[in-house]
Amino acid sequence: MVDTVKWEYYTFYSRFGNNERRMMVLDIKTPLYDMHLKYEGKVVPFAGHLLPIQYGSGITAEHMAVRTAAGIFDVSHMGEIVLKGPDALKNIQYLMTNDCANMADGQVRYSPMCNENGGVIDDLLIYKKRDNDYLLVVNAANHDKDAAWIKSHTSGDCVFEDISANTAQIALQGPKALEIIAKLTDVETLPVKYYSFTDGVLVGGLECLVSRTGYTGEDGYELYTANENAAELWEKLMAAGSDLGLIPCGLGARDTLRLEAGMPLYGHEMDEVITPFETGLGFFVKMAKDDFIGKAALQAKGEPKRERIGLELTDRGIARSDDNVFLGGVKIGTVTSGTMCPFIKKAVAMALVTRSGVTPGDVVELDVRGRKLKAAVVKLPFYKANKA
Amino acid sequence: MKLPEDLFFSKTHEWVRYEQDGTAFIGLTDHAQEALGDVAFINLCDEGESFEFGDVIGDIESIKAVTDVYTPVSGTVTHVNDELLDAPEKINSDPYGSWLVEFEGVARNEELLDAEGYEKFLAETE
Repeated sequence: MVDTVKWEYYTFYSRFGNNERRMMVLDIKTPLYDMHLKYEGKVVPFAGHLLPIQYGSGITAEHMAVRTAAGIFDVSHMGEIVLKGPDALKNIQYLMTNDCANMADGQVRYSPMCNENGGVIDDLLIYKKRDNDYLLVVNAANHDKDAAWIKSHTSGDCVFEDISANTAQIALQGPKALEIIAKLTDVETLPVKYYSFTDGVLVGGLECLVSRTGYTGEDGYELYTANENAAELWEKLMAAGSDLGLIPCGLGARDTLRLEAGMPLYGHEMDEVITPFETGLGFFVKMAKDDFIGKAALQAKGEPKRERIGLELTDRGIARSDDNVFLGGVKIGTVTSGTMCPFIKKAVAMALVTRSGVTPGDVVELDVRGRKLKAAVVKLPFYKANKA
Repeated sequence: MKLPEDLFFSKTHEWVRYEQDGTAFIGLTDHAQEALGDVAFINLCDEGESFEFGDVIGDIESIKAVTDVYTPVSGTVTHVNDELLDAPEKINSDPYGSWLVEFEGVARNEELLDAEGYEKFLAETE
């Protein structure tokens, strides 16, 4: 089995069986587990954690809340790794494809992390707290693999510390996010720019690292705090947002939101054989910087042979990952993610296909469970927020 | 969990309503729609097609999953509920009012459960 987790898999293991039965003692309850039960979450095992696919209101309502008001997500399953010491930056530069040398304190940067072949081990966020002090935020499904990889590829005066088990993370996303968090904190202490953060912010009296980031295509914040603060922080945010349309959102809406916003997901749009160039992440690979893992292989590969495209289904149906894509009867690639997007009200998909094989406006055919469905090639993202 | 007394249920979570004239309507149970979540699309067989108990007569796509629909009776399809094709969310809001297809020439299927039996079956499988 691959080490990636496809969340829809867990909802469809056996026809409408009970989720509880599949939960193993190995799956970790996040510090917000009681909140999931309180808000009627349908809890399933996901990447080794027990998390809600959705809450009582359902995926569509949750998705719409984030686009029009706000949603709150438990993302405590994400992994947090600290790299500290005089050689921390040097190691980050070697591990990551993006260039982190010019980062200012309080900045966040996105980067793929490649193996020697130029395939993607994970995509992650790098937080620069100050010189010689960085925080890496990794995908839950890749946490163990990443930790081992980073540990075995760091050298010199650089201390590795995995703080995942003690760190909770709550995402507050949507156009009302600022108005909600402002009720609980001094707005002067909040990060202003997208992809920036402030450490030591008191939100409802609880110490948090507040980051202006997210995975929904909407404005918002991600709040990192100690496990023991998590439930209290969640309830304070819920109370502050209740009159502004804030509702809790699960993994389902997280997936439909990121897909509508055209954002790639590890295990779908990238994996250990797909290169960042193939999946449209070339901007985050700085070939001009000094050596990094995968650089030689990426150089040798030259121009990518595949590309990631957006598709809008014009026939009735939903394409899912691994469905084949055809142009004029010839297979040109496969779907990497697909869903029904509640805000744009369209069934969309992303696919990896032969490069330059199609351009926006072209019509391709998707083999969806034996049915041939037509889809139009469109530019990504499918949705872009009107950020003020 | 709603379980109308006048319906019969399959272990694959379809319901049947037998009519006096030998026809029958079938649909998805409340439990099924709850498990599927927000329904986005349905695909159904054509009118005039004949099926045996347990055959696939279509599928239901929710945002998070897709599942086949198995007919709980044998017979010939006389009507497909076209209205549902454009408003599939009705399966979520009114599962027992949202019939998928109507069959004719239907004999009672003794393998189906009554409301009480289905309730017990759900309790056992949970």
